[in-house]
Amino acid sequence: LSLFRFTVKRPFSTSHSSVDSKEMKKFQLLAHKWWDEEGEYAALHSMNDIRVPFIRDTLLSMSSNYHLGNPLSGIKILDVGCGGGLLSEPLARLGASVTGIDPVEDNIRTADRHKSFDPVLAKRIQYKSSSLEEIVEESMETFDVIVASEVVEHVADLEMFISCCSQVLKPEGSLFITTINRTQLSYVLGIVVAEKIIGIVPEGTHEWEKFVPPEELERLLESNGFSVKTVNGMLYNPLSGSWSWVESRSLNYAVHAVKSGARAQSQATDTAPETDTAGTAP
Amino acid sequence: LGHNIHFHDKKIALLEAGPRKEYDHLPDSYSNRVSSISPGSATLLSSCGAWDHVCSLRFKPFRRMQVWDACSEAMIVFEKDDLDDMGYIVENDVIMSALTKQLDAVADRVEVFYGSKAVGYTWPLPSHSCDTSPWVQVELADGRRLQTKLLIGADGHNSVVRKKAEINNIEHQYDQSAVVATLHLSEATDNNVAWQRFLPTGPIALLPLSDNASSLVWSTSHDHASELLAMDEESFVDSINSAFWSNTNHSDFIDAAGAMFRSAISLLRPSGTAVRQLPPSVAKVDPESRAMFPLGMGHATEYVQHRVALIGDAAHRVHPLAGQGVNLGFGDIACLADHLSAAAFSGSDLGSLKHLLKFETERQRHNVSLIAATDVLKRLYSTTLAPLVLLRTWGLQATNALPPVKVRI
Repeated sequence: LSLFRFTVKRPFSTSHSSVDSKEMKKFQLLAHKWWDEEGEYAALHSMNDIRVPFIRDTLLSMSSNYHLGNPLSGIKILDVGCGGGLLSEPLARLGASVTGIDPVEDNIRTADRHKSFDPVLAKRIQYKSSSLEEIVEESMETFDVIVASEVVEHVADLEMFISCCSQVLKPEGSLFITTINRTQLSYVLGIVVAEKIIGIVPEGTHEWEKFVPPEELERLLESNGFSVKTVNGMLYNPLSGSWSWVESRSLNYAVHAVKSGARAQSQATDTAPETDTAGTAP
Repeated sequence: LGHNIHFHDKKIALLEAGPRKEYDHLPDSYSNRVSSISPGSATLLSSCGAWDHVCSLRFKPFRRMQVWDACSEAMIVFEKDDLDDMGYIVENDVIMSALTKQLDAVADRVEVFYGSKAVGYTWPLPSHSCDTSPWVQVELADGRRLQTKLLIGADGHNSVVRKKAEINNIEHQYDQSAVVATLHLSEATDNNVAWQRFLPTGPIALLPLSDNASSLVWSTSHDHASELLAMDEESFVDSINSAFWSNTNHSDFIDAAGAMFRSAISLLRPSGTAVRQLPPSVAKVDPESRAMFPLGMGHATEYVQHRVALIGDAAHRVHPLAGQGVNLGFGDIACLADHLSAAAFSGSDLGSLKHLLKFETERQRHNVSLIAATDVLKRLYSTTLAPLVLLRTWGLQATNALPPVKVRI
């Protein structure tokens, strides 16, 4: 297939935004489907089973005093591209103060309504309909953690996105990203099979050209002042409906990176990405 | 759950129809409702600190269990090789008291509503059309309303939660009632053996309470049960002794066949036939301690639904002949607590079907085989027909000789 000799052109964005309006429209149509655990977003719901423990355990291992009954207490998290709040809610339940942003207003409305029934969540989560750039000015170095799960494959300008992440993150703060690799395999399984054949992802959700290979992501992160700590492959089993950690990053993968400390200069020399396997609950 | 660290900031409400039961002072006489607690259940109780209270109140460990047939000499003996306790006979009231104490210890997280009754339940609509509250609403008899993310139905074999959740229950009433009583033995003994004899009318079991007292559980026909309750104490004691000691149901044919099989086994496996111990004889019954209750079997087709879980007798009801009813319930609790704990530690919504279904699968796999086996045993032992007696005689003898099978039991 000559597809794979595509030269990928980064969409030239004239807008000063990492948000792609075409992408926004896709999500608008499904805004009310977020919370149906067996519906279109079933795979994202079950992704919580590995991404929440990944975030939780990484943060626990970085902190020295924590309470197992409230593991993320006191941590301020920004959930970029929060959608209907699927990831914001479990993080808030574990004690974190979560700010969820999403450019699609309908998503924020759905998220707000869903959290409103739970008094604990209603207090711990704040949702805002906004792009990342729009909140940068008022949130410089505000957050301990940023989570961008299944988002970077939808943004228009990835470099600007990462740069904004760096600006709103406190020094030594953590950035968690989950996304999809751009490989032959991810085209066949991630788009053809997942969208068109078995329909576990709503059709048209993804564009293969915008998938991000981990090497490129790492490069962008390191050149923006981040030190990449972990890159793990993830695999979805459509028969069991569950995710697991795997060696290979050719399909989905998760990244944990840490913003370098007080010095503004990026430490490009001494940070070699270490890969270690995470994902085992304590 | 109240003692689980991952439930640190969760709120649990316990609706209890009965009054608060706590012993400040242990009564001298034994209660006639007792349970055989397996080591696994004891572990569960000690994980929340309740077992210590049980030990400080009273309980009786037993080391051995002898089960035999009224129609033949076949017998099977269970005991642990390392002289560990096989199980414990504990009065139900003692367990309740121990649990009450431990509930007090987590009163900031668990609120117990004694003497309460739920009169109405409102189930949540499917999750993605949430204009109304997505939680379960419970209305109490006194007018209070509670709402919860997860409703656990532990309300017995006539579970209202199960009925209101419209979960189907496969059930079958046995034509039997169980007669319970507290008995005093003729002479004090070590009394660390549990005895059960299968009579054609039903199994009779003697569970040790102390060196000179045992608890009776006699499953028999409704009519016979009423007779037993009505007769005077001496006749009652005579019936019990005769049930354990008489050989009227033996037939020469069966005895011969059994003996032959036994010698065959001792050729193949010399250690395969155990020493037959003699059960104690009963001298007296505690007045007022006789009671009866009907028996049946039941199994819910589903243990869980969105925001609902059934445990214990609400999910499954079993004949007491195997002494497993309450242990199945404890097993349900341990399993559900594990899954809920993991879910809480992952920030999940506690009422989510995902982990509830894992609990259901795990427990159904375990429970169904045991419940079916108990039912089969009950039916198999309810007859005096020679072929079936022979079958079960040989089966029992063979099982007695095969350690792997016995250990599994």
